[in-house]
Amino acid sequence: MNNKLKPRRPLKEKHYWEEWTGRIYTSICVVFLIVVMFSIVYFVASKGLSTFFQNGISISEFLGGKTWNPTGEPAFYGALPFITGSFITTLLAALIASPLGLCAALFMTEIVPGKGKKILQPAIELLSGIPSVVYGFIGLSVIVPLLRSIFGGTGVGIAAGCLVLAVMILPTVTSIMADALSALPKGLRESSYALGATRWQTIYRVIIPTTLPALLTGVVLGMARAFGEALAVQMVIGNAPHVPTSLLESASTLTSVITLSMGNTTMGSVHNNALWSMALVLLVMTFVFVILVRLLERRNRV
Amino acid sequence: MKAKTVDKIATSVIVVLALFIVILLLGLLGFIMYRGIGHISWNFLTSAPQLLKGGGGIGPQLFNSVFLLVLTLIVTIPLGWGGGIYMAEYAKPGKITSFIRLVVEVLSSFPSIVIGLFGLLLLVNQFGLGFSLISGALALAIFNLPLMVRTTEQAFRAVPKEQKEAGLALGLSKWKIITSILLPVALPSLITGTILASGRIFGEAAALMFTAGMSSPPLDFTDWNPTSPRSPLNPFRPAETLAVHIWKVNSEGIGPDSKEVAAGASAVLVILVLAFNLSARWIGRVVFRRMTASK
Repeated sequence: MNNKLKPRRPLKEKHYWEEWTGRIYTSICVVFLIVVMFSIVYFVASKGLSTFFQNGISISEFLGGKTWNPTGEPAFYGALPFITGSFITTLLAALIASPLGLCAALFMTEIVPGKGKKILQPAIELLSGIPSVVYGFIGLSVIVPLLRSIFGGTGVGIAAGCLVLAVMILPTVTSIMADALSALPKGLRESSYALGATRWQTIYRVIIPTTLPALLTGVVLGMARAFGEALAVQMVIGNAPHVPTSLLESASTLTSVITLSMGNTTMGSVHNNALWSMALVLLVMTFVFVILVRLLERRNRV
Repeated sequence: MKAKTVDKIATSVIVVLALFIVILLLGLLGFIMYRGIGHISWNFLTSAPQLLKGGGGIGPQLFNSVFLLVLTLIVTIPLGWGGGIYMAEYAKPGKITSFIRLVVEVLSSFPSIVIGLFGLLLLVNQFGLGFSLISGALALAIFNLPLMVRTTEQAFRAVPKEQKEAGLALGLSKWKIITSILLPVALPSLITGTILASGRIFGEAAALMFTAGMSSPPLDFTDWNPTSPRSPLNPFRPAETLAVHIWKVNSEGIGPDSKEVAAGASAVLVILVLAFNLSARWIGRVVFRRMTASK
């Protein structure tokens, strides 16, 4: 009788081992993620910073210089044309995509909640599934000829780039905004209607102001995607190393220059290091976007 | 203006713009299919590309994409599911957990080109893997892991609490509960998430240009010995995928039919990605039915 009540040792030991395999295995997975993130930052930063510390190019020359001529004599390593190119295309793409995304999100959540979601949700998901090279291909074969026939010139340039980017980030913006709108407590909406407000007044005075931080999160995440997008932009923007003065002018972004030049330079050369510095700029911007999203989320919680 | 009129105008603007998005999507898909589908043939899908002459296909690229996807999943599934399980079951709320969350968030926001460059630096040069399928697969794994961790965590958190409590009541260890109670319940959403991620991997190009390379050596599809250099199964050979091929043909294609090749290849890529998305839902439903008693 007594014997049976005694804990059985083998089983307990088995438990012990099982417990620890699980704990150790999953912890290794997480540690791996952390190691990967830090090594990306370390390697890109060490390569990117060597332009300034080893090759003696000043940070202000790199960030503010308007001339990019790495093969010239003397060589110039001003990345300002690409930095402005990246910022202009990203901002314009966000300016186009945000109102469209907001309308789509409002359509799904406020105007025809059931049916609208059934039509738009799959459409948005399909849009987000289309690979970026295909967007580039569409840009090359539809948007560029269209711009050429309307405005003349070559058709490639900032305008084509930001139109392609706007379509690309539309799904990101829309789905985050739709999530934000549907997370809004029902009571707010209903009490506004109870006061006799019309739907638009409710949307404009109640829904948008209360969900604003979450809506902006969608915009910021869309911009983060646009800023880092490489191939689709590279295909339609023309890749000229000048600070653009008009929307139809051919320009470059940080990503498009890296894509085109990285393979043609030797590792360790100044030209190559300057490209790594641009990658470092991309990395820093990623952190800026992450911080922005975090700040917006914090405001949203209050 | 009366409030009602404003309301009507605003509503119609919203509806028109929402419909515009649907039309845009239909237009995009229609355009890709219209331009590309005529060019798809058995010969196009299986033959090797031609650089200067017309009539080249996408056979090796298609094979490379599929093979690379398989290699990536072999790396990502154990790591991604493991990380997700940690976040859902082991992580306690606190500074360390929120730090891990930040890492996952940052990792998933890195532009794919930066991950490609990191792969070039560490995998291709430092580890001496060269432009190879294995470098490409590892870079894609980095690209894919944060997404995988997040979907896995969500899948495990969605399991009803009673299931776990029942396991605890039986005196099972935590790991036993995870593997034999929670995992089967979470499996349908895990599979759906994995297939959706696969669609993303399949279309990714920027991270692959600097890791898997932009060329394919001539392959001998009768040689299935993974160590021989011409074998398609050799993981240490450079491999151009379908998405990279589309980029290359579009931006530096010089063949007479490069436009048609780009259109055909884009159509194939989009069809495959759509197939991934649809099958994700379908397989998820089927597995859910198998795993639970529901109809």
